[in-house]
Amino acid sequence: MSGPAASTATSTETSTATPRKRRSIGWLLLLPGALWLAAFFVTPLVQLVATSLYDPNGSVEAGYAMTWSWGNYTEALDFYSEPFIRGFVYAGIATVLCLLIGYPLAYAIVFKAGRWKNLMLVLVIAPFFTSFLVRTLAWKLILADNGFVVSTFKTLGLVDDDGRLLATGFAVVAGLTYNFLPFMVLPLYASLERLDHRLIEAAGDLYASPAQGFRKVTLPLSMPGVVAGTLLTFIPSAGDFINSQLLGDTNQTMIGNSIQTLFEAGSYPAASALSVTLMALIIVMVAIYIRRAGTEELL
Amino acid sequence: MVRLGRWVSDHVVAGVGLLVLIYLFVPMFVVIAMSFNDPASRAAYTLDGFTVRNWTNPCEPEGLCSSLVTSLQVGILATVGATVLGTLMAFALVRHRFRGRGTANVVIFLPMASPEVVLGASLLALFVSTAGGGVLGFGTILIAHIMFCLSFVVVTVRARLQGMDTSLEQAAMDLYATESQAFWKVTFPLVFPGILSAALLAFALSFDDFIVTNFNSGQTVTFPMYVWGVAQRDIPMQINVIGTAMFLVAVLLVVVSEVLRVRRERVR
Repeated sequence: MSGPAASTATSTETSTATPRKRRSIGWLLLLPGALWLAAFFVTPLVQLVATSLYDPNGSVEAGYAMTWSWGNYTEALDFYSEPFIRGFVYAGIATVLCLLIGYPLAYAIVFKAGRWKNLMLVLVIAPFFTSFLVRTLAWKLILADNGFVVSTFKTLGLVDDDGRLLATGFAVVAGLTYNFLPFMVLPLYASLERLDHRLIEAAGDLYASPAQGFRKVTLPLSMPGVVAGTLLTFIPSAGDFINSQLLGDTNQTMIGNSIQTLFEAGSYPAASALSVTLMALIIVMVAIYIRRAGTEELL
Repeated sequence: MVRLGRWVSDHVVAGVGLLVLIYLFVPMFVVIAMSFNDPASRAAYTLDGFTVRNWTNPCEPEGLCSSLVTSLQVGILATVGATVLGTLMAFALVRHRFRGRGTANVVIFLPMASPEVVLGASLLALFVSTAGGGVLGFGTILIAHIMFCLSFVVVTVRARLQGMDTSLEQAAMDLYATESQAFWKVTFPLVFPGILSAALLAFALSFDDFIVTNFNSGQTVTFPMYVWGVAQRDIPMQINVIGTAMFLVAVLLVVVSEVLRVRRERVR
């Protein structure tokens, strides 16, 4: 991504006659959007942090007093450590599953689809024009107790005779994996598509087996796609509450459900403390992950 | 051994890819089937008889079509707002050098890296603390949607601008085009496909959003919120009609644009 940016940078600089004027135009173009983000993204986050420190005894109607109640955090984490961990574990499993099944799909589209490439790409995105919730309800039907998936699993002995798939961790993880799969496939497709195919041929010419060629050439070169895909899958899954609500029951509560329930009950300080913790954890994890993977230019 | 490996990579990968694609479509088949479903009882969400009644009476369930209209209105307004603001920002970031560009890039990236729960919750905290719960409604939904669509528009248009050859504009200027002529006759037509796909993406994101909307909607009901509401009680089959129809419209749009693209390339 940095390559084309650098080249446009030099050509813009050579073509600008009046840099001062140019600079102010840049600011003017940026300003409306920047103000919008400042007002409705940055300010709300600040307000969220403030709310997380309000006196928990207040209410929406009566208003809250700022009491720097750090206790909100310890209390929220005490009560909700379980859905917190569960949310991250489910999101982690779903992300790994997405990578395992998304990589072959992206690989097949780029290297095997030939003239069907565009069609396959459209097919990946097509189901997602149907509402997220309608599709999740369809999964509920597929995994239903009297459905054919459950009866097949029973015949195979994977599920007990009175067992079920709905309201289990399996159903929630399956829903997450399904719903966020395209967010994995599209970045993988983009990075595999950009890859110079001659490099793989060169590996073959130098007596690498296809497996070696894949491991030493294709996979390392597709790492930016892997990193982008895992982030785009993990972040929304970690905060999701729809799959857990529709496909699971109270034993599969994720942190998103807890935040949602607390807000609906009007416990704003506790809910805000949980949200801030979730956001902070995700930012830290993303920063470490990007540094480890060595793909800072991704941003 | 090498030959076996080659055969495996040639056929198995393609087969697995195809299986994954089918997996992506399984719920779609269920949605289409359910749109023709004649349920035995309203309470059970199961496949029973066949009927076209759901398709002939899509608006029968109370509130469904008004929620659809609300979603379309929010979607269109949010798309226009986010596309205009985002396109301007993308031009600023790619074509202009100024102090604070790095910060701007980070602030644009962050909403995409935030869980939707946090985006929705923080806006709710802001709205309630500044104006009270009464402000929640169509306006606050729109504000929220423009906010989270904005980053996606910037990223999409920016990618198009970065991949663009500036020598064409310079050629136009060399041929005595004024700056605005060069922009409208050369630059804009070249960037337009990027702007269009950004707008489509923004509409899809807005139309399908539930989590952020749910926090900031007050009494206003969008289509995803309607589905969420009925999912807790009994589910009218008509939501599958809407789901199937949206799917068909999207496929139609893609097919038409693909046909146009192929035809344009043939003309060249």
